[in-house]
Amino acid sequence: MAAVQETVDRVRQIDVDQYRYGFETLIESDKAPKGLSEDTVRFISAKKNEPAWMLEWRLEAYRRWLTMTEPQWARVNYPKIDYQDLYYYSAPKPKKTIGSLDEIDPDILKTYEKLGIPLREVEVLEGVVRPEGQRKIAVDAVFDSVSVATTFQKELKQAGVIFMPISEAIREHPELVKKYLGTVVPTSDNYFATLNSAVFSDGSFVYVPPGVRCPMELSTYFRINERNTGQFERTLIIADKGSYVSYLEGCTAPQRDENQLHAAVVELVTLDDAEIKYSTVQNWYPGNSEGKGGIYNFVTKRGDCRGNNSKISWTQVETGSAITWKYPSCILRGDNSRGEFYSIAISNGHQQVDSGTKMIHLGKNTTSRIISKGIAAGVSQNTYRGLVTAHRKATGARNFTACDSLLIGDKCGAHTVPYVEAKNSSALFEHEATTSKISEDVLFYCVQRGLSQEEAVGLVVNGFVKDVLQQLPMEFAVEAQKLISISLEGSVG
Amino acid sequence: MNVALVKNETGSALSDSFAIARDRLPGTGKVAAAREAAFAAYAQAGLPHRRIEDWKYTDLRALMREVLPLAPAPDTAEFSRAASAAKLHAIDGVRRLVLVDGVFAPKLSELGGLEKGLVIRTLREALETGDAALQALLFTPDNANPMVALNSAMMTDGVVIDVADGVVLTQPLQIVHIASGTVPAAMFTRSLLRLGKDAGATLVESYIAAEGAKAYQVHDSLIISIGNNSRLDHVRLNEDGRDASNISSGVVSLGAHAHFNTFGMMSGAGVSRYQATIAFAGEGSRVETNGVNLLNGKQHADTTLFMDHAVPHCDSREIFRAVVDDRAHSVFQGRIIVRPHAQKTDAKMMTRALLLSDDAEADNKPELEIFADDVTCGHGATTGALDESLLFYLRARGLSEKEAQALLIQAFVGEAIESIVNDGLRELAIAAAQRWLEARG
Repeated sequence: MAAVQETVDRVRQIDVDQYRYGFETLIESDKAPKGLSEDTVRFISAKKNEPAWMLEWRLEAYRRWLTMTEPQWARVNYPKIDYQDLYYYSAPKPKKTIGSLDEIDPDILKTYEKLGIPLREVEVLEGVVRPEGQRKIAVDAVFDSVSVATTFQKELKQAGVIFMPISEAIREHPELVKKYLGTVVPTSDNYFATLNSAVFSDGSFVYVPPGVRCPMELSTYFRINERNTGQFERTLIIADKGSYVSYLEGCTAPQRDENQLHAAVVELVTLDDAEIKYSTVQNWYPGNSEGKGGIYNFVTKRGDCRGNNSKISWTQVETGSAITWKYPSCILRGDNSRGEFYSIAISNGHQQVDSGTKMIHLGKNTTSRIISKGIAAGVSQNTYRGLVTAHRKATGARNFTACDSLLIGDKCGAHTVPYVEAKNSSALFEHEATTSKISEDVLFYCVQRGLSQEEAVGLVVNGFVKDVLQQLPMEFAVEAQKLISISLEGSVG
Repeated sequence: MNVALVKNETGSALSDSFAIARDRLPGTGKVAAAREAAFAAYAQAGLPHRRIEDWKYTDLRALMREVLPLAPAPDTAEFSRAASAAKLHAIDGVRRLVLVDGVFAPKLSELGGLEKGLVIRTLREALETGDAALQALLFTPDNANPMVALNSAMMTDGVVIDVADGVVLTQPLQIVHIASGTVPAAMFTRSLLRLGKDAGATLVESYIAAEGAKAYQVHDSLIISIGNNSRLDHVRLNEDGRDASNISSGVVSLGAHAHFNTFGMMSGAGVSRYQATIAFAGEGSRVETNGVNLLNGKQHADTTLFMDHAVPHCDSREIFRAVVDDRAHSVFQGRIIVRPHAQKTDAKMMTRALLLSDDAEADNKPELEIFADDVTCGHGATTGALDESLLFYLRARGLSEKEAQALLIQAFVGEAIESIVNDGLRELAIAAAQRWLEARG
């Protein structure tokens, strides 16, 4: 119960408009000129010292993007985005070559300090003092668009794990990048993924060699800092035969009035017997209580279980962003492969969430599991949109889906849009969904025993999402629990 | 005539046939203007295709290709073929109202000795001489759906049934659609049932083909309004020819404390789509919708239901079962919307598909859209094959494989069929299911 008490204390201090992470670091930025053209793409590529093939890849994507139109099918409304009114590249100006953490711009370090993000291994999470000898986390911190520091490189190197900014990987491991980049999310995949392919600035690259169990949780914290900068992350994780890696991604962004665009692409590849566990906590600025500002989060995440007996597991806690458009998916190509999706999506205020997953069963005896918990409060709209499909050759495909929605208040909406497609008679799909509000009886019971209305709601919500929280690595679970309560602040009473 | 908007070949061929058919379409003035508007809406959209979310699984451009020209009025030979088909599919104890090739056939219908408070007219009459309110009501279906718009533009005939306040009909009514033409053609029909307050009725809709009917298209729609404290039981049986297409729409609205029980079975037609919108307009009402798709060969059947909870304190239950064999394709799209303020809504939907062949396909899209918080809503969907262990149990007790399968399939669809209240009609549905199973061999 200690954690819950902590949550409650924290919530008490915060107003709905006082976004905790709403501060701004003033660092000189190295920006590309506003707008998007072939020149912008060339500028980004040149900034990254990229080889010619990479530039060609980007330009191809850009040309294709010009022919595409923005998708309209999601249940989200936002003013038209002027893609020429954005900065596509911004990097903190390097003051000197970085040798160790101490040399990093102290402003940046301070920003992370405020965020409670540990670059030093001892402070894994704010408020959590980790005793010696526990598992460690390597942090590849992405400040705006450039990775400024990577810790634990040495230890990872010993294990043979490659964990570096993708811009470096393009230079240092072109054979790996060439082999896998764009094979899960092709450049032509969708409007936002294509845009990302053209202008992606940086992101993480992970390669785990055969038979290696990555010695620590890999972690990246994204942070959108520069005003009016779209952030286009590109992450590529490859787990070679028989390997295992757990990857954590967390995000916060400072408070702004203009909407910011974020269109990331994440590609995961597992070969035979490999496993990737990908966890996300996303608490970007959701806009103020009038629905002004906030991040537009249009993300394409997809994992490809390419090998037999491989597994990909997505866990996400979505509490931030004004608009979320995100469907982490699994292509279950290898026989006996397994996909999992655990999600908590919380919307409050004027947030709009349209999120879910796709489980595409191609191989034999593939299994998948979807647990989605949506919580809508305020005047927000929360949609689960999911696809489960078994192709003709996917003999013995199994899926279980449970999506539950909780409504807090009578002005919000919770929606479920599942697509269940079976093209193989031996496929066995089960889907269930429920929508309800927090029972008055339960609230009354809690309040009668001395809890405030808000504490009672926090308690019920934490119980509601427990199935998913349990899937998170411990370090994240604590933070996620805090976030959930903060996000729901102001939703009752 | 402003139909120059047509984009594709299919559409332009159709706009010609609309122009040709115009003289045969009943109604002038406002009715004609409403037809023009509906046709313009259709011409703009054309046949729905898979890029349109609502038609994702039923791409009519691929499945139907084109809308056939309006069927000519049936001649004597066709009437007599229709008469024998009607006899073959006759149901005991019902009042039969027959449409042959989209035209009301008084000789095949039973119009004598109507119960007190029951008025039956043809759509042609209503469009030509009916009052303005009735005519407006006949054009209520939304032109946003292209197939509804097409139906509004082209509707030639149908039945308009009025049941007065306080009248509970003892005899079920049956609307029989018979296709008899030997030349491929399309029929466009629309019917209306108005049930007053404290009234009750049972309505059966059947779609059958006379011997020799060729590759025809049925474009039908039914508007139902159920008054306060009234109850309607509705059964829909589609046994169209295997080379036929059937695109039907239902628009139902319920008053307060009303009850609507509907059952639909699709075992006929090569391509079929039944799209119904059921809207609650008064509090305390209840709807039970049940559907069964029994498909084999290359059949494609789509059931799309839209349950609109616009007012508080209403209950809805949807049970859907699909049995899909060979290369057939079953689609179920169920959407429940609970609008703001529709508190205390209790809505449940369960859809299950049974795949009997590796080439069969079942697509389920059960949707919940909820804008009110004090509600209990849920849906479930399952897809799978027959349970091996159950089959083994039955085989071990001496049943043949087919018998064992038949027994399990019967049980599978039974839950939906048992919802039919009228004993005679339930037996009829069970018999239809049985016929389908026997035809499997």
